[in-house]
Amino acid sequence: MDASWFLTATWVLPLLSAAALMAFPAEGQSAIKRFSLLANGLNLAIILGLFGLFLRNPPEAVSGSTAPALAFVTDVAWFRDWGIRYHVGVDAISLSLMLLAGIVVFCGTLASWNVRDRTKEFFILLQVLAAGVFGSFIAFDLFAFFVFNELTLIPTYLLIGMFGSGRKEFAAMKLNLMLMGGSALILLGILGLFIESGKHTFDIVELSQVHFDRDFQMWGFPVVFLGFAILGNLFPFHIWSPDGHASAPTAVSMFLAGVHMKLGSYGCLRIAIYLMPEGARAWMDVFLVLAAAGVVWGGIVAVRQKDLKYLNAYSSVSHCGLVFLGLAVLNPVGLRGAVMQMLAHGLITAAIFCLIGMIYARTHTRRIPEMSGLMARMPFLSVSFIIAGFAALGLPGLAGFAAELNVFLGGFSADNPLAIVCSAFAVLSIVVTAIYVLRATNAILHGPPATSSAAISPAATASAAIAATAAAPTAPAATAALTDATWLERVPVVLLLACIILMGLFPGRIADLIDQALVPILNNLNR
Amino acid sequence: MAEAIGNGGVLGLMGMIGYGILALPFLSFLVNGLWLGRKSAKASAWTATLLMAMTLILAVFLALYYRGQVLMHPDAHPDRSLMLWDHSWMSFALEPGTVLAAKFGFLLDPISMMMVLVISFISFLVNLYSIGYMKDDKGAGRFFPLLAFFSFTMLGLVVSSNLAQTFFFWELVGAASYLLIGFWYAKPSAVAASKKAFVLTRLADAFFLMGLLVTGIVAGGFDFARLNGPEAADSLNHTVGGGIFACNLLTLGTLGIYLGAWGKSAMFPFHVWLPDAMEGPTPVSSLIHSATMVVAGVYLTARLFPLFSAAEHTLRVVEFTGAFTAVFAAAIACAQTDLKRILAFSTLSQLGLMMFALGTGGEAYTASMFHIFTHAFFKCLLFLSAGVVIHAVHGNDVRDAGGLRKLLPRTYWSTLIAVLAIAGIFPFAGFFSKEEILHAAFASGRYGAFLAGLATSALTAFYMSRYFFLVFHGKRRGHAALATAPGAGASHDGRGQAESDSSGPGPIHEGFLMTLPIVILAVPSALAGWLGKDFFRAQMRLWPLDSMGEGAAGLSHGIHVAGGASGAEWLPIVATLLAVSGMAVSWYWYGMKNRGPGFPGRIAPAWYRVLANKFYVDEAYLFLAKRVAGRWIARPADWIERHIVNGAFDWVTGALRGIAFLQSLFHNGQIQVYIFVALTGLVVLALTAGLGF
Amino acid sequence: MNLTTCLMLSAALFAIGAFGLVTRRNLIAALMSLELMVIAALINFIAFARFGVHSAGHPESGSVFALFAVAVTAAEMALALAIVIAVHRQRKHLDVRELDGLHG
Repeated sequence: MDASWFLTATWVLPLLSAAALMAFPAEGQSAIKRFSLLANGLNLAIILGLFGLFLRNPPEAVSGSTAPALAFVTDVAWFRDWGIRYHVGVDAISLSLMLLAGIVVFCGTLASWNVRDRTKEFFILLQVLAAGVFGSFIAFDLFAFFVFNELTLIPTYLLIGMFGSGRKEFAAMKLNLMLMGGSALILLGILGLFIESGKHTFDIVELSQVHFDRDFQMWGFPVVFLGFAILGNLFPFHIWSPDGHASAPTAVSMFLAGVHMKLGSYGCLRIAIYLMPEGARAWMDVFLVLAAAGVVWGGIVAVRQKDLKYLNAYSSVSHCGLVFLGLAVLNPVGLRGAVMQMLAHGLITAAIFCLIGMIYARTHTRRIPEMSGLMARMPFLSVSFIIAGFAALGLPGLAGFAAELNVFLGGFSADNPLAIVCSAFAVLSIVVTAIYVLRATNAILHGPPATSSAAISPAATASAAIAATAAAPTAPAATAALTDATWLERVPVVLLLACIILMGLFPGRIADLIDQALVPILNNLNR
Repeated sequence: MAEAIGNGGVLGLMGMIGYGILALPFLSFLVNGLWLGRKSAKASAWTATLLMAMTLILAVFLALYYRGQVLMHPDAHPDRSLMLWDHSWMSFALEPGTVLAAKFGFLLDPISMMMVLVISFISFLVNLYSIGYMKDDKGAGRFFPLLAFFSFTMLGLVVSSNLAQTFFFWELVGAASYLLIGFWYAKPSAVAASKKAFVLTRLADAFFLMGLLVTGIVAGGFDFARLNGPEAADSLNHTVGGGIFACNLLTLGTLGIYLGAWGKSAMFPFHVWLPDAMEGPTPVSSLIHSATMVVAGVYLTARLFPLFSAAEHTLRVVEFTGAFTAVFAAAIACAQTDLKRILAFSTLSQLGLMMFALGTGGEAYTASMFHIFTHAFFKCLLFLSAGVVIHAVHGNDVRDAGGLRKLLPRTYWSTLIAVLAIAGIFPFAGFFSKEEILHAAFASGRYGAFLAGLATSALTAFYMSRYFFLVFHGKRRGHAALATAPGAGASHDGRGQAESDSSGPGPIHEGFLMTLPIVILAVPSALAGWLGKDFFRAQMRLWPLDSMGEGAAGLSHGIHVAGGASGAEWLPIVATLLAVSGMAVSWYWYGMKNRGPGFPGRIAPAWYRVLANKFYVDEAYLFLAKRVAGRWIARPADWIERHIVNGAFDWVTGALRGIAFLQSLFHNGQIQVYIFVALTGLVVLALTAGLGF
Repeated sequence: MNLTTCLMLSAALFAIGAFGLVTRRNLIAALMSLELMVIAALINFIAFARFGVHSAGHPESGSVFALFAVAVTAAEMALALAIVIAVHRQRKHLDVRELDGLHG
């Protein structure tokens, strides 16, 4: 059987499993979870298989061509009259993002094992969300891309609104309004591309051969880029993400920050920059400044956060700023850095949200001042948190550094003095990163162990769980002793951390792959 | 620089040894960290020590090979360097077609070989010492893997073949240091110190990264062979920007890199993290924060010395920071009462000496490397013996010590050797290396730095003998002073063999495993200078000098002047006299008159207070961090984020809601209003159509 | 009498009707106003049939349409009055301002 069928299977399978889950009895908690895990594991296996095939036989790009060299292509007419095709395929960029998504969904399923309420609905929605994201990454038709992209919004809204915590309705509404606004811009841009090309097609490969009118690019580029940048968490359009992430359940936070956001930066690269290179060159100074501002701003604001999830959300703003910085310098190293940063941040932030979820499940608080000395009680989670934190602050040997080095190198080697200045600010922000990461780890993991937590905050009833041993008579509701991660919980953490370490130690191979996939984009830019 | 050696078999073997040197500590980290450390702390301690001993043996083998293959054949290896292997880690295709490669290599040259030997030797001894020191600590299973991780990263740092690899391990070394400073994570002061160390060095590293990027991009590579070549300096040496933003890329790049070294070697004003880092266990202070990691900054500067030599301004900065820190830290050390902090400031001061030596250029390169070498031994010894003292008196404070000569005889004599060595008394190790530095500074005509060096010598002799007399002579002051010891240090650090003895002087004895490394270290502390000086003069130089363009001319000039040893025969005598007088004052006050540690406070209270408070630099930092950065940056940023950036969303949605409300006024359910609106609309439409719009 | 005067009459009737429809509080009065507006339209039909440009072809068509409309309006009015009665039965008043059931 042709391997390209498997590519389509990556989004069909989650949808089918969602449909199958509807038939499950709602009480069968563990059956639902196991089935979801099986489906997502199967999907991960398919993606790994495709990755292996891709590595063995990478598609050959025509030298000097501006058309992407795709593997596992399926290209059939969908709405013939409108030039809409079901055109899917992958290059190294989309395939590595697929792999990221596969890993994060798999880990997210495991991290959702403690979902008890409306389990069936939760997993159905999670599968639909995954289907939308997988479909988006493989779509090479603008219309199909848009449809898959929109498909992600509905489950996101429901997952946060139904299963979230805190101001979940507000957060879900805010997130969806912002992303819908972005989608409106994207739709406008897509229709513009369709009309301006004069080729009656939505096909990205065909559109990449079109030289769009400069006047069109001057408005088309910012519209499309901005539309995707809202999803991609560009400052100051990031405001949906902290509220959204903080309110979302663990798996959804992991998936939103780890994968869904990458859809935005991927769209910026694949559609905005690729199809409208002149517009990109004209507008990049603006986005350079916004990206650098996001890097610095996200870090500074993160320093003040007291909620772990908000902290990581602002850290994501900072790291996604680096993605955009890499995109905005528009040179090979910078673009490669952007893609690598997408992967690295996806893994790191998923790991951190996963760990925050597990810590929250034990302490019942996410507030930093209410936790202390967790290291003594849960060494596995604490050590993992430190490794993930180190990865976030860009420690060499972990994924973050490999990506950031590319971004910075791209920025400093650019001809544009503004790019150098912006990169310098971004480099300085690694200090801020260190401050907030270490502040959090020191506060929650280190310090006096939990038994003496009378000193922490007597008023904080939510911290009663930590204080269980000390305050057992006064807090009977929370006598559960803090335990380290179960074996089931260790699997996603170990998997994500292993990916982070692997990518950090051996970034050369993935960097080469991305380089090949970037060739047509760069050819288009230099045309 | 990296040509293959003729005999491929030997290179293959040396390459394997090179892998082994890095792999064994890493293996120790993995095995102990993932498995053995949790099973049995004792087993993990012995495993770590054994693996470190094997590393040391491999390092010695490598050194012998290196000597036989390279140093004995200067014709085949004019630059004395040998690349064992150099793997590509990641390469960057810059736009004009140049490819930058970040590599992972093993570069052997005199200084990296020396550092490999020193690090593996000291690591081994500290591991041995820690078996005894940590045996009653519940976290010992965590301690040894971290120590091994540190050794691995430090070895990786010194054998770097390129600047990117240096940065890679530079950061990892910092992380290892962070984890070990905060080893007793339940102790708030240790946790705070670890954060402070990491963040401050990170600040310096941000500049290092920028300097690295600028230098690498402009010079077209990260390899030291390229950066130290003449064309790198030439291609860097041009000015960009204009007006007040005009800057020379050579100065900018090297200054950035030097800032990294500045932070790691804790030169003023980055120095504040180092004394606080003493919150870690004593073996950690000994290994990381005196003998090896903190000299990484000096090492980096030395590694890029040809490039730095071409950058006159940077060299001046190096010289100034070094000289200032040397005197500054030495002065503070005179008024400290915490055992380990005295030693920490002493380390700072010695690092300053090494650094300004490099800054004076020329011959001083040899001198600086020589001092790294000798300093590692006697400073490590001093810390290890301080650990024994801490165990004995259950506290970190010299006010609790005193009169330990009889109780700890082996420690006493070893410490005496180290004190004489650091004070620069003939014929102990420090005498020779310090002499070289002063000599070089004098010869290069940098008299300011030279005077700073002399002052540092005198001060060093004073505070080290003060330390010595206060701890070992006089009467035991406060064995019951456990509760008054500042911080929680005593409760953690004062643990071990003398645990049973908390009521009085009692039977304090020196555990074999803890004294053995100290006694072993006493040997090189005494002899390393005497035996090493000729070797260092002959081999620890930059080769080849004539291929280094403009900077090299000055270098060789400096060497000729110094090599002639003209007109400075009086120098050793003056330096020794200064040192002896420093020791004499100290002996008079603390040895003979038996004054307390705070004695000078009675003579010059204001000065003493300033020194004891370390010139209030920590307070300045605290002010900057809390009052300035916290209050004027982070807090307003948070407010703006919440109320303006996020507020924008609320404003937009609020405006939409307002429009909707206005519209809803017409939707009141009254048919007449609807009709009115419809008719009005009709009229408006008709009118606009009529007017031809 | 010409087209202009007819149209002016019709416009005046329409304006009066519209004014009454929007302002009268009594439902029946409002209905009467509505009827005035219908009448205004019918006058237009007849006037254009009599004086209009295209009246040459089928001058009777306008009158026929007017008659037809009168019949429809009568039916409509019957229905409206039935509703009015039903409303009055239920509410015991016919004040239009109070009848805001459309307001969701």
